[in-house]
Amino acid sequence: MNIKAKNSAGHIIETVAKVIFILCAATAVFAVCSITVYMFAKGTPALKQVGVPELLFGTSWMPTAKEPSFGILYIILSSIVGTTASIFIGVPVGLLTAVFLTEVSSKHLAGVVQPAVELLAAIPSVIYGLIGMMLLTPAMYKLEKLIFAGSETHQFTGGSNMLSAIIVLAIMILPTVVNVSASAIRAVPKDLKAASLALGASHIQTIFKVTVPAARSGIMTGVVLGIGRAIGEAMAINMVAGGSVNIPLPFNSVRLLTTQLVSEMSYAEGLHRQVLFTVGLVLFIFIMIINLVLMKVRKGAELSE
Amino acid sequence: MKNRTKRLLGVGVAAALALGLLTGCGSKSEGEAAGEESGTEELSGTIALAGSTSMEKLCEGMKESFEAANPGVTITVEYTGSSAGIESLEAGSVDIGNSSRALKDEEKEAGIVENIVAIDGIATIVDKDNEVKDLSEDQLSAIYKGEITNWKELGGKDEAIVVIGREAGSGTRGAFEELLGIEDSCAYAQELDSTGAVLAKVAATPGSIGYVSLDVVDDTVKAVSLNGVEANEENILAGDYILSRPFVMATKGEISEQSELIKAWFDYVQSEEGQEVIKSMGLILPR
Repeated sequence: MNIKAKNSAGHIIETVAKVIFILCAATAVFAVCSITVYMFAKGTPALKQVGVPELLFGTSWMPTAKEPSFGILYIILSSIVGTTASIFIGVPVGLLTAVFLTEVSSKHLAGVVQPAVELLAAIPSVIYGLIGMMLLTPAMYKLEKLIFAGSETHQFTGGSNMLSAIIVLAIMILPTVVNVSASAIRAVPKDLKAASLALGASHIQTIFKVTVPAARSGIMTGVVLGIGRAIGEAMAINMVAGGSVNIPLPFNSVRLLTTQLVSEMSYAEGLHRQVLFTVGLVLFIFIMIINLVLMKVRKGAELSE
Repeated sequence: MKNRTKRLLGVGVAAALALGLLTGCGSKSEGEAAGEESGTEELSGTIALAGSTSMEKLCEGMKESFEAANPGVTITVEYTGSSAGIESLEAGSVDIGNSSRALKDEEKEAGIVENIVAIDGIATIVDKDNEVKDLSEDQLSAIYKGEITNWKELGGKDEAIVVIGREAGSGTRGAFEELLGIEDSCAYAQELDSTGAVLAKVAATPGSIGYVSLDVVDDTVKAVSLNGVEANEENILAGDYILSRPFVMATKGEISEQSELIKAWFDYVQSEEGQEVIKSMGLILPR
């Protein structure tokens, strides 16, 4: 009797716990689904109203003019250029740091570099923006004055430009690239390296011909995660990129997809607001594509193992 | 036994969390009763306003605190533009027409009364080391249109001008461009999304110029005078400073001829709380 009562009480607890777990799991799925539906529902009307070519390939952004134009091509291009360039700077540095941490440095030195990289990851993006604004942009303005001295056509930006944004982004993606790459390199089997060294390859040859290629799918994951972080960053970029809609040249003040939303959402209304949702949708689609690529890369990694 | 208690505890905590999630949404209405006691006589009805988009912040702020003080009253505000607002007032479809410019003579002749509730002033600021102290209206327009790009053309140092402004949709930007007549033809080097950001950027960037609400100007930057008139409350109230505009809540006939409800609205605007709302928006109180 007693045992039976105990059992049924246990059964109830099991069921209740199960239901709670299912509810919690459902929250995430529900959130993703509702965000997707909402973004498409809010983002597509403006596409119809403005016209897909005018909106996506138009170069003039004048949302509050008497005859408004809503071309976001430069904004999309700025995001792509900013992300690509920061990857080109951040990935080599990050990868070499990872190699240094795992293969080259003494334990003592790694004990300094590793925590430094981890701290870099923990710094909030607004701090990156603040430092960029206080230290990077004044220096950049000096460089700008030097390069464009006497130029009649260049619009001086005061150092808030594409290049500043790229530098800040490159530093921000470092920890992601370093950490993911380092663990991929650590996972390379010791016998591969041993075989390489036994065949007479030098330490550096082994690193670049054996270890890094063997860890490449893990490194690719780091790169794709870095791209995701770079394209989605808003706060820091908003503080150093200048914020005018321009062709993404290094010394032009630019606006990216994320900063477009941040800076204009508060007072926008009517069609202007709807177009901002479309900008959000474009960003959302970019992020989705990056995540699909990431899933492919990870699957590839699993298969190759 | 111990395990079972643990398990029970775990389930209990999880259940409590889930419950908390569900009930968290239900407790909104608590704070709303607070304003009810302050209104002495019970007012009820609807006041309809229409007009200037620039007055949105002011109207929403005023509406919110007025409705809190008079729970029986509903305020509706449409932001259709100054001229459209006055037209609706003339047509009798709204009680108050909002206008962010002085009324035209023909509007006044039609019996519309200009009640200035606040004045919006904008200061043009440069960094502290800038030697230029005064700009003419034309010079300022030319700077913002990108026609003048170096301070030496204005009698200052040989220093590039960094043109800083606000984002599209900002009321300050709208007013600035409208008052100078340079709508949609500005070439900004930087578009920042807050007053504070403009202030900080101008203070930190040599050769920069920006515009902000008059009330936030501090000693990290220098406000330049326009056409020889310094940017301050006195000059704005005297009507000498060009970068200012009145916020008008126009009525058909004098306020004293309006219904009790409309009078209560204007009383509220003139009251201490109303004036506090106006000041909190960075606006200047008319005399």
